[in-house]
Amino acid sequence: MTILSYDFMQRALVAALLVGLAAPAVGTFLVQRRLALMGDGIGHVALTGVALGFLLGVAPLITAMFAAVAGAVAIELIRARGRTGGDVALALLFYGGIAGGVLLIGLSSGGTSGTLLSYLFGSLTSVSPGDLTVIAVLAGAVLVLLAGFGREMFAVCHDEEYARASGLPVRALTLMLAATAALTVTVAMRVVGLLLVSALMVVPVATAQQLTRSFRTTLLASLGLGVAVSVAGVLVAFQADVAPGASIVVLALGGFAVAVGMGALLRRRRSGDASGLEEDPALAAEREP
Amino acid sequence: MNARVIDLTRGEVVLDGRRILRGVDLVVEAGETVALLGPNGSGKTTLVRAIVGLHKLSGGSLFLFGVPAGRFRDWWRIGYVPQRVTAASGVPATVREVVRSGRLPRLRRFHRAGPAAEAALARALDAVGLAERARDSVADLSGGQQQRVLIARALAGEPDLLVLDEPLAGVDLDRQESFAEILGALAAAGTTILLVAHELGPLEPLVDRAVTLSAGRVAAVGLPPPASGHHAHPDHDHVHPHADRAQVPPILAPPPWAGPP
Repeated sequence: MTILSYDFMQRALVAALLVGLAAPAVGTFLVQRRLALMGDGIGHVALTGVALGFLLGVAPLITAMFAAVAGAVAIELIRARGRTGGDVALALLFYGGIAGGVLLIGLSSGGTSGTLLSYLFGSLTSVSPGDLTVIAVLAGAVLVLLAGFGREMFAVCHDEEYARASGLPVRALTLMLAATAALTVTVAMRVVGLLLVSALMVVPVATAQQLTRSFRTTLLASLGLGVAVSVAGVLVAFQADVAPGASIVVLALGGFAVAVGMGALLRRRRSGDASGLEEDPALAAEREP
Repeated sequence: MNARVIDLTRGEVVLDGRRILRGVDLVVEAGETVALLGPNGSGKTTLVRAIVGLHKLSGGSLFLFGVPAGRFRDWWRIGYVPQRVTAASGVPATVREVVRSGRLPRLRRFHRAGPAAEAALARALDAVGLAERARDSVADLSGGQQQRVLIARALAGEPDLLVLDEPLAGVDLDRQESFAEILGALAAAGTTILLVAHELGPLEPLVDRAVTLSAGRVAAVGLPPPASGHHAHPDHDHVHPHADRAQVPPILAPPPWAGPP
């Protein structure tokens, strides 16, 4: 394949593979915890980190990582402190992140708002060999952490109060989840971009759960979907010369639409097998043992 | 081992600046089944939440299994069944997956669950009559069945003390009977039980002692009061007051068809 003869495409595809694994893995736990939009919040804050990198002449990936982790921890602490005013505080953080990013990039000599655009929606040519190393290390760390603490994460994200009553270190685990989400945002930044990274965390999970009944299958299926749309999206972006973030997310949403249709069909067939009639939910419930 | 499983002296809890518990004494001995009764807002739920470590005491002292609560680490000894109308979360999970999370406090970190855990899991599912539905998504279950999932989750850790907050809420009368049988078997096996109830119904014969709270204080201690007035009438249709509480979204309430088959 001629596409693979370009070094930058090889790097973009490897990055897409890693992003396709890490984002839905974290996303499954975030969705389970009903914090689907957390990735968005972190992405906004990370933009200030990117701009800070340009201003200070440091690799933007590194400054973005620190900003993302700081933002994620702040979001988690604000959320844990109480419901009242929590969402407003989060909103302030989001706007501050975007405004700070645009402000700082304007002050720096190296970057323009055009530069920011490649961070907002991803860019194929932007994954440098050094970036790829950082992406691989961070994605590896995310996957190892989630695999190692998967059981505890499941319990905390399923029922936080019960987890606390079981004596689990809930605060430490939620902060760890926030940190892995932040690392994932950093990992995904070059490929899908900061504004669309959350879509890759959420949409494959939402797609998978149209057809699944267990957490485990949902998680594994969303990983498969994440890899498929990321790699395919990068290829489409190359062919059509568009931002990869856009093509990846559009593909993911297309997959979601197909899964919704399949899910509806599957449920109708299941209930049709049982009764041969149009299903009334009351009848379905009465058949339960 | 201390025979006192729960030993609370002059317990006080303040939530959002309001004193909810105003000096509650509660002792539960090993093997006892104790019911916490009282009207809504009397502090029953706050009391059990303080006991399982979800609220900090602002006054008084609490010992769990003879250990000051602040230094208590053996949380696997306590099985907690929260007051919930759903066992589902944002991602599908099977009955088995949810129940298995109750075994977690017993497991060593990074170690696989062994045969003892699998056996406990199977017993917990059997005890609540959900073994057949272990592979189903909890979201597909009726309200009463989801309540039983939460009980099985607490049983999976094989606790010495079972703390249940309104286990009969939203459970119809037939199911209440079978639920009373489950609890009776556990009590007979030596499990200490503390349960919050709006009214005891079929659980009454199991209860050794009833503690009635009123406005954050213990109003009465003694044998459970017999059902009286219109509650005692066999046709009494109990509409649970929690079902229409504002913070419970209607979509989470048990569906109207959650009744007996």
